[in-house]
Amino acid sequence: MQVGLIVFDVFTSFAEPKVRMRGSAVDSGEPSQLFDDTSAGHNAGHSGVDKGPMVYAGQSLLSDPVSNLAMAYGSSLASQGKEMMDKNLDRFIPISKLKYYFAVDTVYVGKKLGLLVFPYMHEVRLIFCPVCVFPAMAFITYILVAGLALGTQNRFSPEILGMQASSALVWLIIEVLAVLLSLYLVTVNTDLTTIDLVAFSGYKYVGMIVGVLAGLLFGKMGYYLTLLWCCASIFVFMIRTLRLKILSEAAAEGVLVRGAKNQLRMYLTMAIAAAQPVFMYWLTFHLVR
Amino acid sequence: MQKSRSANMAFTLYALIQTAILFTNAIAVLHEERFLSKIGWGADQGIGGFGDEPGIKAQLLNLIRSVRTVMRVPLIIVNSVCIVLLLLFG
Repeated sequence: MQVGLIVFDVFTSFAEPKVRMRGSAVDSGEPSQLFDDTSAGHNAGHSGVDKGPMVYAGQSLLSDPVSNLAMAYGSSLASQGKEMMDKNLDRFIPISKLKYYFAVDTVYVGKKLGLLVFPYMHEVRLIFCPVCVFPAMAFITYILVAGLALGTQNRFSPEILGMQASSALVWLIIEVLAVLLSLYLVTVNTDLTTIDLVAFSGYKYVGMIVGVLAGLLFGKMGYYLTLLWCCASIFVFMIRTLRLKILSEAAAEGVLVRGAKNQLRMYLTMAIAAAQPVFMYWLTFHLVR
Repeated sequence: MQKSRSANMAFTLYALIQTAILFTNAIAVLHEERFLSKIGWGADQGIGGFGDEPGIKAQLLNLIRSVRTVMRVPLIIVNSVCIVLLLLFG
């Protein structure tokens, strides 16, 4: 329907170029004859915006006043259409909220990647921000690396990429649902939204990519060693991230509070963190032979 | 190895939808009087204290009851659609 509105705008506002040009022709004086002639001949002959430049195929596009006008009109149309689409899309997907999760720069990306692979030093402020850049890009890179790995074993076909993508997506959805269910059952009052959980679950794809690439380069031994290292680091990373969010503030500072409630939450954190290496192995072992 | 590979790779989105429908049906079918009260999981037996700590059993019972209430009508629609599609397309 928006396309219909845009086309309707294009058709009804063809009256305006004539009015605007006659107004400017009165002011300019001597070139007014040229303006009137070309506009009258031009507007009689076409019915759509794309036919305009084709009528004047012989002349250069930039010096022709009507093509200038068409280009200016086209750019204003494009910005109008973009505004309309943004407004309508914002109703379904909260784009402005999503932008918070994608606000990064290169230095942050580098630091976070280093923290993912080597989380044993204390850097608290980087852990806090859930960023969706890593999971999204790591997911897509994982699909491509899986295709590459299958290609080196002559098992590749274009459907395999789609199958890998949908199966990895399904496991991601299952994991997020399981974490949501367990968080609900333990009555944890956190500010963890669903997108936060998707982002946290996507961090393991970085380790999987490193593992599969090491397996391609160095064989099975390299794969197992790198996977072991990445599993350990994802485990530590998850525990540090989730401890700040799930456990209460007293326990987060390192003091082990003895109580049934906090013990249960600690078990939950460890279970979530322990599920990550399991998924990492389950999703990559069939790629490395 | 071939079996494990196909078991991993055949996990499509359609399988996820089927799993979700089957699980929701299974939860919605648990009858309040005939089954849940007999094993001590009735709606009135879960809410022990009104303190700040509902506990896992109370949360589970709450979840079962709310799934039964909320998903009754959508499940009727989804199941009918599934039956019709399976009859037509096998």
